[in-house]
Amino acid sequence: MSKPVSALEGASYQGFAKVEEVGLRGMITIRGDLKSAGMKKAAAAATGLDVPGQREVKLDGDTALAWMSSDELLAMVPYAEVDDRIAAIDKALKGKHYLAVNVSDARAIFRLSGGNAREVIAKLSPVDMSSDAFGLGQIRRTRMAQVPAAFWVDETGAIMVVCFRSVAQYVFDLLKGAAENGNQVGYLN
Amino acid sequence: MSTRLAAGGRLLNKDRAYNFTFNGKRLTGYQGDTLASALLANDQMLIGRSFKYHRPRGVVASGAEEPNGIVGMGEGAKFEPNQRVTTTELFDGLTCASQNHWPSLEFDVGAINTKLSRFLPAGFYYKTFISPRPFWKHVYEPIIRKSAGLGKAPKERDQDKYEHFYAFSDVVVIGGGVAGLQAAYAAGKTGAKVLLMEQTAHWGGRAPVDSAAVNEGKENINGKPVDKFVDEIVAELEKMDNVTMRTRMMGAGVYDHGYVLGYERVNDHQPDAAGPRHRLWRVRAGHIITATGAIERPLSFAGNDIPGVLLASAVRDYAINYGVSVGDRTVVVTNNDDAYRTAITLKTLGLSVPVVIDARVLPEDSALMAEAKAQGIRVMMGHAIASVKGGKRVTGVEICSQAGEGAVLETIDCDAVAMSGGWSPVVHLWSHCGGKLVWNTDFAMFQPDVDKPPLGADGNGFVTPAGAANGALDLGGILADADAAGKAAATATGHKVGKGKAPTAESVEEAPMAPVWLMPQGAGIKKRMKAWLDYQNDVKVSDVQLAAREGFESVEHAKRYTTLGMATDQGKLSNINGLAILSDALNQPIPQTGTTTFRPPYTPISLAAIAGEARDERFQPIRKTPIYGWHEENGAFFEPVGQWRRPYCYQKPGESVHDAVKREINQTRERLGLLDASTLGKIIVKGPDAGKFLDMLYTNMMSTLKPGKCRYGLMCNENGFLSDDGVVARIDEDTFLCHTTTGGAETIHGHMEEWLQTEWWDWKVYTANVTEQYAQIAVVGPQARKTLEKLTDADLSSEALPFMAWADITLGDGIPARAYRISFSGELSYEIAVPASRGRELWDLLLAVGAEDGITPYGTEGLHVMRAEKGFIMIGDETDGTVIPQDLNMQWAISKKKEDYLGKRAQERSHMADPKRWKLVGLQTVDGSVLPDGAYCVAEGTNENGQRNVQGRVTSTYYSPTLDKGIAMGLVLHGPDRMGEVIDFPKVDGTIVKAKIVDPIFYDKDGEKQNV
Repeated sequence: MSKPVSALEGASYQGFAKVEEVGLRGMITIRGDLKSAGMKKAAAAATGLDVPGQREVKLDGDTALAWMSSDELLAMVPYAEVDDRIAAIDKALKGKHYLAVNVSDARAIFRLSGGNAREVIAKLSPVDMSSDAFGLGQIRRTRMAQVPAAFWVDETGAIMVVCFRSVAQYVFDLLKGAAENGNQVGYLN
Repeated sequence: MSTRLAAGGRLLNKDRAYNFTFNGKRLTGYQGDTLASALLANDQMLIGRSFKYHRPRGVVASGAEEPNGIVGMGEGAKFEPNQRVTTTELFDGLTCASQNHWPSLEFDVGAINTKLSRFLPAGFYYKTFISPRPFWKHVYEPIIRKSAGLGKAPKERDQDKYEHFYAFSDVVVIGGGVAGLQAAYAAGKTGAKVLLMEQTAHWGGRAPVDSAAVNEGKENINGKPVDKFVDEIVAELEKMDNVTMRTRMMGAGVYDHGYVLGYERVNDHQPDAAGPRHRLWRVRAGHIITATGAIERPLSFAGNDIPGVLLASAVRDYAINYGVSVGDRTVVVTNNDDAYRTAITLKTLGLSVPVVIDARVLPEDSALMAEAKAQGIRVMMGHAIASVKGGKRVTGVEICSQAGEGAVLETIDCDAVAMSGGWSPVVHLWSHCGGKLVWNTDFAMFQPDVDKPPLGADGNGFVTPAGAANGALDLGGILADADAAGKAAATATGHKVGKGKAPTAESVEEAPMAPVWLMPQGAGIKKRMKAWLDYQNDVKVSDVQLAAREGFESVEHAKRYTTLGMATDQGKLSNINGLAILSDALNQPIPQTGTTTFRPPYTPISLAAIAGEARDERFQPIRKTPIYGWHEENGAFFEPVGQWRRPYCYQKPGESVHDAVKREINQTRERLGLLDASTLGKIIVKGPDAGKFLDMLYTNMMSTLKPGKCRYGLMCNENGFLSDDGVVARIDEDTFLCHTTTGGAETIHGHMEEWLQTEWWDWKVYTANVTEQYAQIAVVGPQARKTLEKLTDADLSSEALPFMAWADITLGDGIPARAYRISFSGELSYEIAVPASRGRELWDLLLAVGAEDGITPYGTEGLHVMRAEKGFIMIGDETDGTVIPQDLNMQWAISKKKEDYLGKRAQERSHMADPKRWKLVGLQTVDGSVLPDGAYCVAEGTNENGQRNVQGRVTSTYYSPTLDKGIAMGLVLHGPDRMGEVIDFPKVDGTIVKAKIVDPIFYDKDGEKQNV
């Protein structure tokens, strides 16, 4: 049986940090009143997680709920369960003004691991990647060189990067170039 | 001659010899040498030629301020022109060559200019080549361009790598001399996060050299030798986790909001090492400390540009740091005490110092003067250099009285001159973002006005100068100032300062300097024409005086007229001397003249470092659809559409682009075509007010659209001009899907959000850009329905899914799809949206099931031609930001029932409603040829500029395979009223194409084909 394929079909690169495309993940853009009780209910129904605060992400294994803006969240769930989770959100917010759409296929996701993974990002994004400024539970929605991107640290210390699917190759090339052996900066650890 | 001394060289590792070449000559130096010290150690005094007169030039300084010692470094893909030898670290195998000479450095034809220098004064080019006017462009400029420029441009691609790095720090300290170290230490002690950057490879700056120049023990910090203090404080700083220290990293610029650009030359000194050559640090600092030191000034006397005349501080740098003597007999000339350190240093090393010429007359000997005299050095007070003797190197000096006009009293043989005109704090980084300066009369120098720092968003200063950069020129003062600066920066960033005190220092007391801007004071024109201010650009005292006489009174004007300070060194040595001469000529005090503007970068940084990673495959993002791989493998001839790459057509082996387009169109019209339309913008608009919102955005009515149906719409900006178009599908009562043009997806989404966030913030509407969620494939042609039916059980009949409707269906192996029955080609057509990750799967399926009908993928050109055959407009072709829907006869798409929509009021303005606006028509050439794109249709007579009047222009033009002739659309004056009229389109070759005005719909006017 045929199955959905991610943009780079799991490409990877090992430099001073490891770059891997991690395949498809269910993603739902949710817009609405983040402070409302309904949203709290919808967040719980879709992910079992609390609504995150500004620049925060709530994590639970493969499930996550990220703050995207003052009226937008990104729910991350198993790819096959997106429709069910959207239905759960619809139910929780029934009658309220909100939007929940499937954006799973619009994205590419990379996992960056290794001791200096933070420095790879710091070469491409205008973000303070020091561990005291950016730790577990934080997310940044920013740019990576010339394209939009978002990233957070997962429970293993790896950095997860999300970008648009159409620029997956560009972002992979960026990460690969920045992670090349010999390119360590030695500023962050 | 200049040579390597047996002893000395605190920065050298004499166990490691390096071979290098200069102009092909094989030479040897040591690890730790700069290219300058290594060249001098090999008696290579002559290094280049000046820009204008091609005068012989040797090294004059020992650091970033060097104007003369610039060479072309490396070869081939590693070649780089205009590299300063004083800041280039020697490495084994270095190759370099001198610049700006022909045929050779030793014998240069261009040097004739120096004989003609009387006839090449300031403004010479402006004055001479101004008439006759046309000659500038066609005769003078090409010749001058050829002779101008110092280094040659590289011929090969740069093979090195470069990158950026974003860093954040509470305190950034620029400069790693004793001031920078102490400031970093003071700030670091508070727990603040500190980034300390030093442009050279060494910590400590010049304090270890200066203190070593006087007898042991007289200058110390905390009772210890200065270099010991440096070692200890560096070790302390290295232990602090909150302090980062980087050498070979220059603070290049200071910008608003505490932004600092750091230019790290990672591998210039080891070009074969792994990693980037340069790294550009983009640092956000809470507070910035500029501990950038000071630069010694030359003195202006005749012949001060002859190789062998150096700054006094540079002469002792070469001696103490690199064990190099610039000459055997060095005459020191000064207006201050500091230069005596050079005399004492040389004497101590056993070299000859025949005389110190001091322009001052002191009532009693200063400490340093007394020490020099005690060593047996002759001191001539109140004297000056009348002129330096020599051509390609110094052979002697003629001495005169400073007070007179230059009558020679004595001639002394020597092979080097060490000059000092006093010191100027490096205020560049302080000034980059608006820090003001004050004039310090005692030291005749500009220094930071600490009451007027560059201001941050909170209204407080965000830069603090420290040490010599702040005008403190004695060791104790430097350390106290730096300590205070470090603590102030820590406090400013919210850290608590402890009790630590500044180190104490002992230093030799110095007598006041005397401002001496010209030597001798009454130097005549002949001497002033040989007294250089700007060495690299050949600007002399006489040039600045001439500029003043000719009315260039503003320092900025005088700078541009004379080119003073406009060379690659940006006048680090010449600025203050030049504006002192200008002030004197204008008879006004120096502060009144002021300085020119200090702009980043401090010294030139590589363009590649600015580009960073953005080169080769990372130059620009190329957006790819999920089907891109298939396109690449199947002969796609790509064209850029926004950042996407879309197939223009698919060429079969041996097929021309023209033939491929023709084949694709014919096959689509006759049987079955396939288009990757994934790039089309798709924006979800949802909420109770979504219909109301879309009624405002589109010119036509969208709120009346029924769920399950589609409607084409036009979008205008608030000035009434067409900005985008596309099909809107109503998904449910609250939800619409708006299709935009490929290039419009992001901007239209932004346009929607802007109106929602700034004007209609109380409307209940949310939007989401889902462009990339879907792969969208158009199945087009008479066999489209039949083909799709092979992949689904859904009813695709005209009754179940009529034209301009949509339905959710399942295709193939459970691919969820939404089929929009819309047509941009005029054929029976379904646009199928599926999740992007199944796009390629569906594409392959369609190719397989469509094979029996000759399914033919077509590209953007086929799409364009087919829409033109149907008379459909294209945003960007028929529109150019000045076209309104009424120009395109699209009144049918403008709702008359609506009270308002974006652009409505603008379209009612008199000019917009003018019946003389050009209107859309079809154009058919009489001879069947294809009209040139953008061609104008001429009218009788000429306009007020003598240009031929025009009455229309071509907006789209193609060869139509369907009709086998040229078709076009254009905007023509009263066009729709002139059907059948033949009008003239002149071509650039002078011939005229005649075209008949026709209906823009060339094909299937009644739409029977798309409606089946």
